[in-house]
Amino acid sequence: MAVLVIADHDNVSLKDNTHKTVTAALAISGDVDVLVAGQGVAAVAAEAAKIAGVRKVLVAESADLGKQVAEAVTDTVVALSGGYDAVLIPATSAGKNYAPRIAAKLDVAPISEIIEVVDASTFVRPIYAGNALETVQSSDAKKIITVRATAFKAAAEGGSAAVETVSAAGAMAHTRFVSDEIVKSDRPELSAAKIVVSGGRALGSAEEFQRVIEPLADKLGAAVGASRAAVDAGYAPNDYQVGQTGKVVAPQLYVAIGISGAIQHLAGMKDSKVIVAINKDADAPIFQVADFGLVADYKVAVPELMDELAKAGF
Amino acid sequence: MKVLVPVKRVVDYNVKVRVKSDQTGVDLANVKMSMNPFCEIAVEEAVRLKEKGVATEVVAVSIGPVQAQETIRTALAMGADRGILIQTDEDLEPLAVAKLLAAVIGEEAPGIVVMGKQAIDGDNNAVGQMLAALLDWPQATFASKIEITGDKAEVTREVDGGLQTLSVDLPAVVTADLRLNEPRYASLPNIMKAKKKPIDVKAPGDYGVDTAPRLKVLKVVEPPKRQGGAKVESAAELVSKLKNEAGVL
Repeated sequence: MAVLVIADHDNVSLKDNTHKTVTAALAISGDVDVLVAGQGVAAVAAEAAKIAGVRKVLVAESADLGKQVAEAVTDTVVALSGGYDAVLIPATSAGKNYAPRIAAKLDVAPISEIIEVVDASTFVRPIYAGNALETVQSSDAKKIITVRATAFKAAAEGGSAAVETVSAAGAMAHTRFVSDEIVKSDRPELSAAKIVVSGGRALGSAEEFQRVIEPLADKLGAAVGASRAAVDAGYAPNDYQVGQTGKVVAPQLYVAIGISGAIQHLAGMKDSKVIVAINKDADAPIFQVADFGLVADYKVAVPELMDELAKAGF
Repeated sequence: MKVLVPVKRVVDYNVKVRVKSDQTGVDLANVKMSMNPFCEIAVEEAVRLKEKGVATEVVAVSIGPVQAQETIRTALAMGADRGILIQTDEDLEPLAVAKLLAAVIGEEAPGIVVMGKQAIDGDNNAVGQMLAALLDWPQATFASKIEITGDKAEVTREVDGGLQTLSVDLPAVVTADLRLNEPRYASLPNIMKAKKKPIDVKAPGDYGVDTAPRLKVLKVVEPPKRQGGAKVESAAELVSKLKNEAGVL
């Protein structure tokens, strides 16, 4: 029984989601290979080869793979799938895009966003926005699975797997890449950050969001998040959204400012190690999950917090 | 051009679901059901395509129990022209749903399928991608903007870190993300009009596809409860506790 993990990367560097997905794969089998599908990914492949427990790293390169076009990744993975009993894919926006396509091509029921491997064919996954956890057993000979990376520890480094080139799918006939608008930021990536500072609708405007949330995040070396309400109101960009339909995060510290705590938001952050909530409404549901709640107007509390952090050496 | 919009009847967005004590699933008895929010966005987009003159007909398809007729009526009240209900009391898996939809598409030959990216019950986020695969059509998932020119659609997609724009040849499957549009409320006259629009009722058996389940649900449990609720009095106390008690600073 062998497992193929599809690496999460941006053609430049390997993302930690890959290490976490390898951990899930190692719970299924000792024979874990990693596929790096992209363009100009020699450095990414070298990083993947260092993950402890990886048997070998496969590299497939093309322009379409470089843009993670679903059809290209699907055709490449389907061609490789004969040698594997399971394909594990980090549940990123790219992974969620192509995993079901791979599954349908193989006539397999995909298993989405697992948070636990019970055995080689049994997995736990959240349903109803994380309000229930279902344990499912697959009867398919091959399993196509996406992995919620925040639920697994990152595999250690220290391996030295062989790197092998495999063929990429042919050019895509019906899909063309037009453009990317990826926000460049010096802040850590939201889904991998150790600290996340999020703002909600109480901030009231995009200017206020930037004035209040971003300096606090920068002081803590944190990523910036937002509630759906704040994103919908235009205070923060789409990719800041934490929640059921946005990103699922599980940092060491999650600071929620002016967020009431709708269940859809809680679904995206309730696995954080420590949750801090600052909200002037003492009855806000966010306080029920917060380890440390501060009932205060953010306009007063955040400047005080900045001062206290400065005193503490931040 | 015909637009096909699959729609799903799910537990209402605002309902806090409860897990059954025998761990066989979620208790849906006497719970408010509605159209899946992402499906509503898809219907809205399809109706807008018709209003812009890009689409000529909008067909809403649902697979579910007899009550899924109400979900189709909602789509008709929003502006869809007719409905197809594949009636079943079984809770079909995404693969089976995709196969049934592919069979419907074989008969209907739409120029585009617009559908929600995910249903808020199973949270699989799979049917659109699987349908595209079965039809061997291009896919553009998590759409926040769709522009159709001739036989191509330019779709802006919400991806990690920002946006990606793809151009896909039609026919294609496009799945709707939250910010594609804000669905309208159906007006009373349109609700009345929708009652007269046709709904064709079918059975899964009519399509001759394999809908057997591949997954067995062994149990459904509540997630572990988080112990929260503690308060601090000041920012100073907060920083001190984060540093000394929680050890996260």
